[in-house]
Amino acid sequence: MVNLTINGRPHAVEAEPDTPLLFVLRDTLGMTGTKYGCGIAQCGACTVLLDGQATRSCQVPLESVGSQAVTTIEAIEQDPVGRKVVAAWISGQVPQCGYCQSGQVMAATALLKQTPRPSDSEIAEAMTNLCRCGTYNAIAAAVRQAAA
Amino acid sequence: MDQLLDPAHHGIALVDPATEAPQHRPEPSRRGLLAAAGGALVLSAILPVRAARAEAQGPAEGAGALAPKPGTRVAAFLEIHPDGTIKLLSPFVEGGQGIATGLAQIVGEELDVPPSRFVVECAPPGPDYAVVNGIRMTGGSFSTRSSYDVMRRLGATARDLMIRAAASRLKVGDGELTTRDGIVLHAATNRSLAYGELAADALKLKPNEAVPLRDPKTFRYIRQPVPRIDVRDKATGRAVYAIDQKVDGMLYAAVQHAPRLGTEPETLKNEAEVKAMPGVHAVHRLPGAVAVTADSWWRARKAVEALQVGWSAAKPSGLDTVAADFSSAGMLGALKGSADPGHVAEEEGDVTGAFARAAKVVEAAYEAPYLAHAQLEPPSAIARFNGDGTLDVWLPNQMPEVFQAVSAKVAGLEPARVRIHSPMLGGFFGRHFTYDAGNPFPQAILLAKATGRPVKVLWSREEEFSRDALRPLSFSRFRAALDEAGQPTAIAVRTVGEGPIGRYFGMLMKTPVDPSAVEGIVEKPYAIPNRRMTFTKVAHPVNIAFWRSVGHSMNDAFYESFLDEVAQAGGQDPFALRMALLKGSARHRALLTAVAEMSGGWQRGPYRAEGGLRARGVAMASPFGSETATIAEVSVEGGEARVHNLWIAFDPGSIVNPAIVKAQVESAAALGLSSVLFEQIVYRDGVRQSQNYDTYPILRREHMPAVHVRIVESGAPMGGVGEPGLPGVPPAILNAIAALTGQRIRALPVANTKLGAV
Repeated sequence: MVNLTINGRPHAVEAEPDTPLLFVLRDTLGMTGTKYGCGIAQCGACTVLLDGQATRSCQVPLESVGSQAVTTIEAIEQDPVGRKVVAAWISGQVPQCGYCQSGQVMAATALLKQTPRPSDSEIAEAMTNLCRCGTYNAIAAAVRQAAA
Repeated sequence: MDQLLDPAHHGIALVDPATEAPQHRPEPSRRGLLAAAGGALVLSAILPVRAARAEAQGPAEGAGALAPKPGTRVAAFLEIHPDGTIKLLSPFVEGGQGIATGLAQIVGEELDVPPSRFVVECAPPGPDYAVVNGIRMTGGSFSTRSSYDVMRRLGATARDLMIRAAASRLKVGDGELTTRDGIVLHAATNRSLAYGELAADALKLKPNEAVPLRDPKTFRYIRQPVPRIDVRDKATGRAVYAIDQKVDGMLYAAVQHAPRLGTEPETLKNEAEVKAMPGVHAVHRLPGAVAVTADSWWRARKAVEALQVGWSAAKPSGLDTVAADFSSAGMLGALKGSADPGHVAEEEGDVTGAFARAAKVVEAAYEAPYLAHAQLEPPSAIARFNGDGTLDVWLPNQMPEVFQAVSAKVAGLEPARVRIHSPMLGGFFGRHFTYDAGNPFPQAILLAKATGRPVKVLWSREEEFSRDALRPLSFSRFRAALDEAGQPTAIAVRTVGEGPIGRYFGMLMKTPVDPSAVEGIVEKPYAIPNRRMTFTKVAHPVNIAFWRSVGHSMNDAFYESFLDEVAQAGGQDPFALRMALLKGSARHRALLTAVAEMSGGWQRGPYRAEGGLRARGVAMASPFGSETATIAEVSVEGGEARVHNLWIAFDPGSIVNPAIVKAQVESAAALGLSSVLFEQIVYRDGVRQSQNYDTYPILRREHMPAVHVRIVESGAPMGGVGEPGLPGVPPAILNAIAALTGQRIRALPVANTKLGAV
């Protein structure tokens, strides 16, 4: 049994210690907002916050989470910055297929929590998640709007 | 798909099996069980089948009546709830193209309900939804243009039913009633009834055949940038895709495919050890794969990847299977080396004479690689056999009736006993047709049968890259004759290969020319008087696919690059040459003028800009009933192309949602850019060399240019939107690279060529 704190609530889960946090969230806990895309930290669809840091959960073994606070897309609007990011995503009509957007919103939230007024190059550096629909320009515009 | 589904298009006809059963079954399959479920079933599933109509009776039609025309039976499409929300059962699946919102706009406009009150779901299989020229699919950029009129009429019919139900309830004449936002109003007595209160009565009435449609001048939703109805869910993780679904009691399954398509598992060395791994339910052999079922997907995956499988030997050589020595280079060699003259796809004038009289002849050969779809959602499927002898399948798909037919075949059931659930797609781009062994749902069905439990199969990204059906590798040889003035007098193109329409819908083709192999090369708007285009079929042993804009995705790159070569050989500016060749088409000239204006006036360059020299390329395309003109601005950094700006003038005739149209054009442009710069699936020794996004690079943020889209509504018949933004982008970039570096890239992608310093 491993104890996790996810979105401010304790969870006890039973899984092998090397199980990626991604699949604990999705399959064990049924929190499917966090997406599986590549499994090798290339695409970022699985991005969650660990103590506020954007982290690709497919590369986080359950045993390494420890006492770090896990924040997922399901709770993103409970965070004031996350709420602004979601609002900017909606007003900018960012998503197309939407599959990568949970991870994009998480990455944007982490960026703006650390750097409330990011420059374009800081946005480019932080927002590296893949989007096959090519919504990159809309994403950057929404990050700028959320920062304003 | 465009031409396949246009009954007026020469060479292609939809065959009604009730009157003209096709004589030729698809060629006997070499692809095993799942392929055997392909051709004939596809045919029976997509054609209007009269026998099935008896089952399609709704409450509004009398017993024994023929099923209504697709798209006309209100009860099949609309559920009007007491809280004022409306569930629209859509013929189409939403996968980012915005069709759910578009349909809510179209139906809402006529029904008089704001689009935001709609919940849109993909409808189950059924003849009511065959609104794309009598069949049903989400593809070919067909959804809006094929259903616009019928969906307007459906909304108007439903509104008329509401008014008549209210008239009866209020004991007033129909003409005394109006509607507003889902309410029927009787102004004289200040009484009103909400649609939700009227729906049950309304659906018992016989629909009026001819209801008036709203005057477009009074549109409130159509032609407006109405917000997408699914954006909040997609921005907060609440949107549910196939991969997110779960049913009670299900097992998770992971698979390991044979390294070479067509080989089979023979020995499992460590089966007992794998069975003993945590959570493992069973180890299974499947056609071309092994699988493990377990109580979690991660456990299933770890176990199946631990299996030491001995696979049957591939044939050593040859192109009828994926042989042990199969390579994409070898396949390309076969296309280049074919001596088969093929069949004429387009012929006009006196080509031989024009070449004999030519002052100059230009020749070039172009090639494009296999491409993966690389949509972000890996494919999955859940299959559940029920106690009553039925089967439920949840899966990403673009053609529910075909998946129903194939599922039924795999399960050994009648199609009527199979329910298909079609959740939102995490990207598709042509990925979700059946594609024989290119999809996990047959595996889910076989595993559910074997275990007696519902089973969810999810392909890891690596398994997806190993079995995704591919945009075919392709090859065309171009020749042009120029006169003394440098004007092209003739063009001849020889295309060798295979397209997905021929592979999967060949039994519907009346000629041996596969439209999906030659689209983008034939039917060009340019006034070149003598033309001869041929197609020679050389089949690929690999699974081939529809891929956003299909044949246009490479053929427009070839043709429009070659046109720049012609311009260069004739000493002409490529923009001016196009303008001259379009003298007969005001529509195309207007579009070319528009894109030049958007970009600040045509200039080819090279010219100095921030960071160094840049140049521009221009290209036109006529995909899926729409027209595009594209200009790309490119520089070279460290031997690699960098695209700074894309200007796209886009004429789809008329539109429903300008914001969605612009987003789709930008999205298609990004995919075109990604494909031309980076993408390729390479085979060596029968095995694909890409396993994940690290070995199949796709467009990343740092390579995304500014994209400027202008919609030009010429008023021509409505064209497609989802795909047409793509085909102009690769040639505009290739032409810009040539203008900048002098290098004419004829083998894609650009990343295979080191660009010279400029």
